[in-house]
Amino acid sequence: MLKVENLVKKYGRATALSGISFHVNKGEVIGFLGPNGAGKSTTMNIITGYISSNVGNVYIDGTEILENPELAKKKIGYLPEQPPLYMEMTVLEYLNFVYELRGCDLPRKAHLEDVCKVVKISDVRDRVIRNLSKGYKQRVGIASALIGNPPLIILDEPTIGLDPKQIIEVRNLIRALGQSHTVILSTHILSEAQAVCDRMIIIDHGKIIADGKTEEINQFIKDNRRYKVFVSGAQSDVLPVLKKVSGVIACEPLAERDGDAVAYAIEAQKGIDIRKPMFHALAEKGYPIMGLEALGASLEDIFISLIDREDA
Amino acid sequence: MFAIYKRELRSYFVSAVGYVFFAVIIALSAVIFSVSTLFAATNDVSSYFETMLFVLMIALPLLTMKLFAEERKLRTEQLLLTSPVSIGGMVVAKFLAAFTVYFIANLLCSISYITLFAYSDPEAGVILGNIIALTLVGAAFIAIGIFVSALTENQLAAAIGTFAIILVMLLIGALNSFIPVYSVRYVLSWFSILSRYQNFTDGFFDIAAVVYYVSICFVFLFVTCRVYERRRYGA
Repeated sequence: MLKVENLVKKYGRATALSGISFHVNKGEVIGFLGPNGAGKSTTMNIITGYISSNVGNVYIDGTEILENPELAKKKIGYLPEQPPLYMEMTVLEYLNFVYELRGCDLPRKAHLEDVCKVVKISDVRDRVIRNLSKGYKQRVGIASALIGNPPLIILDEPTIGLDPKQIIEVRNLIRALGQSHTVILSTHILSEAQAVCDRMIIIDHGKIIADGKTEEINQFIKDNRRYKVFVSGAQSDVLPVLKKVSGVIACEPLAERDGDAVAYAIEAQKGIDIRKPMFHALAEKGYPIMGLEALGASLEDIFISLIDREDA
Repeated sequence: MFAIYKRELRSYFVSAVGYVFFAVIIALSAVIFSVSTLFAATNDVSSYFETMLFVLMIALPLLTMKLFAEERKLRTEQLLLTSPVSIGGMVVAKFLAAFTVYFIANLLCSISYITLFAYSDPEAGVILGNIIALTLVGAAFIAIGIFVSALTENQLAAAIGTFAIILVMLLIGALNSFIPVYSVRYVLSWFSILSRYQNFTDGFFDIAAVVYYVSICFVFLFVTCRVYERRRYGA
């Protein structure tokens, strides 16, 4: 469906992308993950033909984006980070404009009605876009990406700036789209990608640092062996106890406090669940555990682990 | 491409721009027409047409300033550039939209001539030639305006820039007579809109001038496309 080969993009001296390659199969929902400034939007802008790469090719269904841009662009529905809405138009006027712009040949009225229904904007279709709420504007933007029923839909940070209820609605919508379309969405929120995507591509500093099925990434997170534990008691007494627990490689106190409990960061040996032995060891000495959390569930932690893995 | 044309045309009259443009150009042309022909008791329209060039210089930037600058500022150009429409198609569609508005305004201004025919017997050919010339010069000015609008995301800067370029092109003929070096004068005269225009006001239909105005259109629209191609590769 989509093949991206060795994209390199430079802005003057700054390198935004240094050799991005991946391909996407038909029907996949891909999460494009990375911190701000990693090169997500740049990659998407190149795939959709908005900007050009210095090196590399993009094939959409076998069509190169620069060789035959009109055919390639017809196969993509794109929602940029900032939805490109003409504020003075009504929703229906805008969708009609996009319909004509994309040279659609589906039956117009029925198709626009369908699209409105899918993204749930039928009730505001005669209102001027300027007066809509942010959530509705975002959905009008998604609607415009669906016009012409393109096989590949690209959404750049589709949930940014929405309230929690709207975020859930948009995620459900993306999941529903995934039934019939190939979808790529970018996000910097790990849980969002976990919730809706089959596969994740994680990029950082213009390079892909991980590309795998969501289960694989989840497993990687699960394998994580770092914990933060709050233990009540004097630091000088607790620290040796923790260090002696079998399976603990490293343990160091953190600056965080919860009442009289001190936080410690603990790293365990691979394949050993240290939580039970740690509980028994501390209980025996009479130091209650006030809290325990697994580290590495945030995107930043994954980055650190992944980059460590690359370096190793 | 037709979709862009339609949207631009519509947006002129959804916002106040279209109406302001019509009001300015029709009011000014009516005043100038009255003063230069009716009050002067003559049916010689040459000074009217020359003055109209300066009216266009003020009015046409109103039409062109927003065409690209606004799209760029609001990021809506991202929709156009990722749609199956070529850059050339986009530029031409916007040019035609502005030209259509100008063309209609020009026709409305031409109603004034009816009064001349009512009171005297002017040469219809000369007047027709002048209307065609004014239309072509307007098209050239619009192309210049589109080019400047593509360079900035500030509409005011686009309008003033267009105004400045047109002003220089209009005055270059007058400045030229002060330059003693023939070769410089010769080259600068290529850019003079006024010297070519004078043939029309004198009653000659000058094909070379027509070609000149049409080429200005092409050159500026082409350069506008190049601006967009270049921007895609990012500087």
